[in-house]
Amino acid sequence: MKAMITIKILGSGCANCKRLEQEVREAMAGTTIEHEIVKVTEYADIMTYGILSTPGLVINETVLSAGRIPKRQQIIEWAARFQSAE
Amino acid sequence: MRFSRFMAIRDDRPAFVVVGVVAVVWLILYNNLQPIADWLTYSLLGLSPESQIGEALNFFIYDVPKLLLLLSGMIFLITLLQTFIDTEKVRVLVERRGEGIGNIMASIFGAITPFCSCSSVPLFIGFVQAGIPLGITFSFLITSPIMNEVAFVMLLGLFGWKVALLYLVSGIVIGVVSGLVLGRLKLERYVEPFVYEIRAKHAQQQALEQKLSWLERFGQAADSTREIVGKVWLFVIIGIGIGAFIHGFVPEDALTGIMGEGAWWSVPAAVLLGIPLYSNAAGVIPIISALLGKGAALGTALAFMMSVVALSLPEMIILRKVLKPRLIAIFVGVVAMSIIITGYLFNMIV
Repeated sequence: MKAMITIKILGSGCANCKRLEQEVREAMAGTTIEHEIVKVTEYADIMTYGILSTPGLVINETVLSAGRIPKRQQIIEWAARFQSAE
Repeated sequence: MRFSRFMAIRDDRPAFVVVGVVAVVWLILYNNLQPIADWLTYSLLGLSPESQIGEALNFFIYDVPKLLLLLSGMIFLITLLQTFIDTEKVRVLVERRGEGIGNIMASIFGAITPFCSCSSVPLFIGFVQAGIPLGITFSFLITSPIMNEVAFVMLLGLFGWKVALLYLVSGIVIGVVSGLVLGRLKLERYVEPFVYEIRAKHAQQQALEQKLSWLERFGQAADSTREIVGKVWLFVIIGIGIGAFIHGFVPEDALTGIMGEGAWWSVPAAVLLGIPLYSNAAGVIPIISALLGKGAALGTALAFMMSVVALSLPEMIILRKVLKPRLIAIFVGVVAMSIIITGYLFNMIV
């Protein structure tokens, strides 16, 4: 049994943040990776990740992208990498 | 090592071929728009070039594809350039500079990097965290929304490169000057205190650093272009439609009295009018272009456009999360003053 990964979406609710969340949900729906999705919307919390533009994508407390929406394939790749690293 | 380099080059080759072919088709089309528009209006529809409807329609049929082509091509180039630059790099570059050079660099980078109003808060906090002075941070935050890539391309298409360049330079100068002024006013106490208390705890961003291949850069630029042009094309067409109407039907010099160089109050009036208007530049510029043909002054028109894009209500509401109302008021005041001065300067020199 592999451990669950935690995917965080950093963003205060702007259009791109919602699009990123949707991309992540759709990407993860096509996999068997066990995961939870957490939305971080307070700037005080977002900024502890040291990003300069939103939306940010964080898996298991590692910042993977900021200010852009990664491709679905890329999201799945990252998720898989973190799952096997656990 | 050498093998992977070789592979990377080979992978990129088809991408360059595709971009090259598209560029050639683009150039052929772009250079033949006037004959096509003339043929459509005067031969196919049989309208007279002297008639008002003929002139308006010809203007429309020529300008719409011209601007859409120009937008697609230029936005592709600009977003391609943007794949080489990101705000993290900008912060590192600006961090080590003092006032003056720091303001100029922040402003130039603000002009190049894409602006999204929802990113202005993280950016503000991130700059403050890095110890960058408030004035320099403001230089970035002021120029970034003023310099809108769509506005730049529309000016290029409708007024030529001199006006587009003037817009670019004045956007940067407004950011530098306003930033220097705001920096001198010692406004740190009007920043919400929580900003100074945030510490980056999770500074593990190694995974972010990825070398992009040309194929990926072209892909990203094509995606952004599709997104940006997809958002504005309708406004462009509507704007040009209204512009074409003004072009064909409103008498020459109709606006000289209210928007001409002679009316001293028109610049501040245009700026004040622009603050509550949150419109996109794409729709406003064709109308401005048509107004200019009827006697409005360029500086007044540009000042209006800049205040529309730089001082918007949604942006102020977002900034309220990190700035106290007093600082927002000062911010709006200083930027509005800079834009007004720029408007007068344009009216004097152009």
